[in-house]
Amino acid sequence: MAVAGVLHGRVDARRFETNAATRESPWVRRTILGAALAFFALFLLLPLVAVFFEALRKGWGTYLTALSDADALAAIKLTLITALVAVPLNLVFGVAAAWAIAKFQFRGKHFLTTLIDLPFSVSPVIAGLIFVLLFGAQGWFGEWLSAHDIKIVFAVPGIVLATVFVTFPFVARELIPLMEAQGREEEEAATVLGANGFQTFWRVTLPNIKWGLLYGVILCNARAMGEFGAVSVVSGHIRGLTNTMPLHVEILYNEYNFAAAFAVASLLALLALVTLGLKTFIEWKASQAVKETD
Amino acid sequence: MSIQVQDIHKQFGNFTALDHVTLDFPTGELVALLGPSGCGKTTLLRVIAGLETADSGRVILEGEDASGTHVRERQVGFVFQHYALFRHMSVFENVAFGLRVKPRKERPNEAEIRKRVHRLLELVQLDWLADRYPSQLSGGQRQRIALARALAVEPRVLLLDEPFGALDAKVRKELRRWLRHLHDELHVTSIFVTHDQEEALEVADRVVLMNKGRVEQVGTPQEVYEHPATPFVYGFLGAVNLFHGRVDGEHVQVGDAVLPHDGRDADHGAEVVGFARPHELDIVTDPAATAGVAAVVSRVLAFGASARVELDALEGAAERGEPTHYEVVLTRERVTELALTEGQQVRLVPSSLRVFPREAA
Amino acid sequence: MSAVAAFFNPTRQTRVLPGFGLSIGYTLVYLSLLVLIPLSAVFLKSAELSLAQFWDVVTAPRVVASYKLSFGASLLAAAINAVFGLALAWALVRYRFPGKKLIDALVDLPFALPTAVAGIALTALYAGNGWVGSLLEPLGIKVAFTPLGVLVALVFIGVPFVVRTVQPILEDLETELEEAAASLGAHRWTTFRRVILPILTPALLTGFALAFARAVGEYGSVIFIAGNMPMVSEITPLMIITKLEQYDYVGATAIAVVMLVLSFVLLLVINLLQAWSAKATGRNR
Repeated sequence: MAVAGVLHGRVDARRFETNAATRESPWVRRTILGAALAFFALFLLLPLVAVFFEALRKGWGTYLTALSDADALAAIKLTLITALVAVPLNLVFGVAAAWAIAKFQFRGKHFLTTLIDLPFSVSPVIAGLIFVLLFGAQGWFGEWLSAHDIKIVFAVPGIVLATVFVTFPFVARELIPLMEAQGREEEEAATVLGANGFQTFWRVTLPNIKWGLLYGVILCNARAMGEFGAVSVVSGHIRGLTNTMPLHVEILYNEYNFAAAFAVASLLALLALVTLGLKTFIEWKASQAVKETD
Repeated sequence: MSIQVQDIHKQFGNFTALDHVTLDFPTGELVALLGPSGCGKTTLLRVIAGLETADSGRVILEGEDASGTHVRERQVGFVFQHYALFRHMSVFENVAFGLRVKPRKERPNEAEIRKRVHRLLELVQLDWLADRYPSQLSGGQRQRIALARALAVEPRVLLLDEPFGALDAKVRKELRRWLRHLHDELHVTSIFVTHDQEEALEVADRVVLMNKGRVEQVGTPQEVYEHPATPFVYGFLGAVNLFHGRVDGEHVQVGDAVLPHDGRDADHGAEVVGFARPHELDIVTDPAATAGVAAVVSRVLAFGASARVELDALEGAAERGEPTHYEVVLTRERVTELALTEGQQVRLVPSSLRVFPREAA
Repeated sequence: MSAVAAFFNPTRQTRVLPGFGLSIGYTLVYLSLLVLIPLSAVFLKSAELSLAQFWDVVTAPRVVASYKLSFGASLLAAAINAVFGLALAWALVRYRFPGKKLIDALVDLPFALPTAVAGIALTALYAGNGWVGSLLEPLGIKVAFTPLGVLVALVFIGVPFVVRTVQPILEDLETELEEAAASLGAHRWTTFRRVILPILTPALLTGFALAFARAVGEYGSVIFIAGNMPMVSEITPLMIITKLEQYDYVGATAIAVVMLVLSFVLLLVINLLQAWSAKATGRNR
């Protein structure tokens, strides 16, 4: 349900500013721009700056100590592992779903697309809850799991499952409109020329969707590393064992260890900035690719 | 109402869209701005409308300087190439828009608006579509609604940007005739932009030919077609054959061939380019003849009222930077008489040759 | 797989390409295992309650107070985002100003920044000793640890939705429409109200609904700044967590059902809005 990414180019604002019919009077322009920039500064820029400011408030020494703490390192490791499992799973799913939906006509196609988007409209807390209901001590499989000494909830598998759930649609929703727009002709041409399914996908489809794919993967990864609500429900908050970075931030913060909390948070904020940078780069690349084919 | 533009200059970065253009559009005429894409014709139209501001120069409407007047105060009707109909409004509301946005004092009452809109829709013969939405109309219908909308505010001038550009050939021809009739009925000073010479010559009272931001020629369709003022106009209006040569008294020397010439417009010894329309060339088959440029018949297309002969220049023309291809239009009788065969070498003799200095061409 | 493929029955001309059975089969299995079956667990679990018990849980005063806060703050936050998001989108498309590219990129920050980080950052800013909070405190306005704090967090979370739904429509808007309106004598404000706004409305409503839907379910960025006082500043997702911490799984599930039903209704509304938007802007043609 997020509009997190529809690749689109940017237009040059000059043509609006020089056109008598699309130009506002200077004071209207200043008011709109002022309101927009004030809103941006108050709600987006200041929080971002605050993270880094608070993280370094007590100096670099405290900052580095907080980050090299054993529990912090364990949280970083768990976050990376989670993303490393969840992202490829959803990548494969996204490609398969987009192939079926974009390249074929079938009954219930629109409904299926809606179902794929479903996890975006579910509160993260509920995303965690459903896995507790399935695999928790009182859950459907709870008894069977404890009899076989398998732990899912309050352990790493639960964290991975919840993360897969909340990042489920990212790659698929990026690829479906892209592949639909590209149509079937190129794939059909490849098939006519004797390519098999794998060759067609690898040599024709993939080069066409690579930027969209990367875009989806990056957004998926950002959410996978940053998810809080869903993971919080299934984690059990065991320090050094089932704490991801966002959960570790919460623990430190609730212990009034603000400097350390913001130090770990600053790593996540950096991740966000890198994500946005890559996203902008990909948008630029994709618009270049569109220009070339025009 | 008369329109004058004086010394209009417009620059887009390094690109000169209008290069000190001065023009006079007399009251009540239908004028075509004709030229290839990028010649500045649409920019000129937009400057007149007030949609674009010129870097320098003046737009004078009815004797008054309107250069500083905002587009909404200029009282010009503008019909956009892609119509720009408001798609969330019905046809009726589109046409009524200009009346509804008038300041309260000038705004007609609802009954008056209703009456005027229906009168306009009748004028464009689409009254029965009043409740439809633009997406439900054909291209030709949209065009006529766009025109009705522009006319609703009783504009002092009507400006049309490529009015038939987005239509298919058949509708285009029909609408052309219709626009001409409408203009004869209303007599609003009108300017339309087109890149289609046939359209301009057929519809307009007067044609303004533009190229690279400059005006090349102004005149009636007959004047510009029969007496092109510049090599560009010659080349742009209709098919033409080119000959590179040097003026030699009563002749033009082209390579080792000699073409007759009346000696107008050229100094002795000047390097020139000669222009002749396909119907201004004759073919001489006598191998002993010395006048005319040698060429080889490549194809004879003899159907319809007249016959067209396509010819190739002799070898080496391309290397010398000369034309490699000629086109001649003859009567059917003449072609039968000549009995041309493919590959036959002949000579081309112009009955009329217009020359321009080489550098101008 | 072939049975699955046969059921969906893609028309014959589209069967030239291979892999339909495999890709649709995989999609359905993966979707069922990870999304559909787990979600259905919520509804099945809630069936353990009788209707009266269910009603008692979901209408308990503390829970009702949380609905009021969650819904009220989410609606208000979405409305604030509709207004300022439109202004931001307008500025990004139509004006030139320094730092524009950077701002355009940072609009997506709420998508990329983990919610917990946003939560503690907003708390630090709007607390009584924070950069913004210390300016508001003398005016008698307390933001952090009050319902106002919830609103601030939900506005943050919703910023990209309106901007990113309106922005492409504004970019695609032909300037000819405004030129036509101006040449017909319309003033700028009239043109905006009667020509531009009707075209933007579907996208604006879609953005509003998306921001609202996201805000209702939001947890991470809110709990730090909300203060979480019962009856005052507890959001509905927090009620689920609270019940879970008390091992009241059935109770947590009942509230989850209420939220899920609302989410599905919103999803339906959003789908309809998007279809309307596509139709109104001619993007389907």
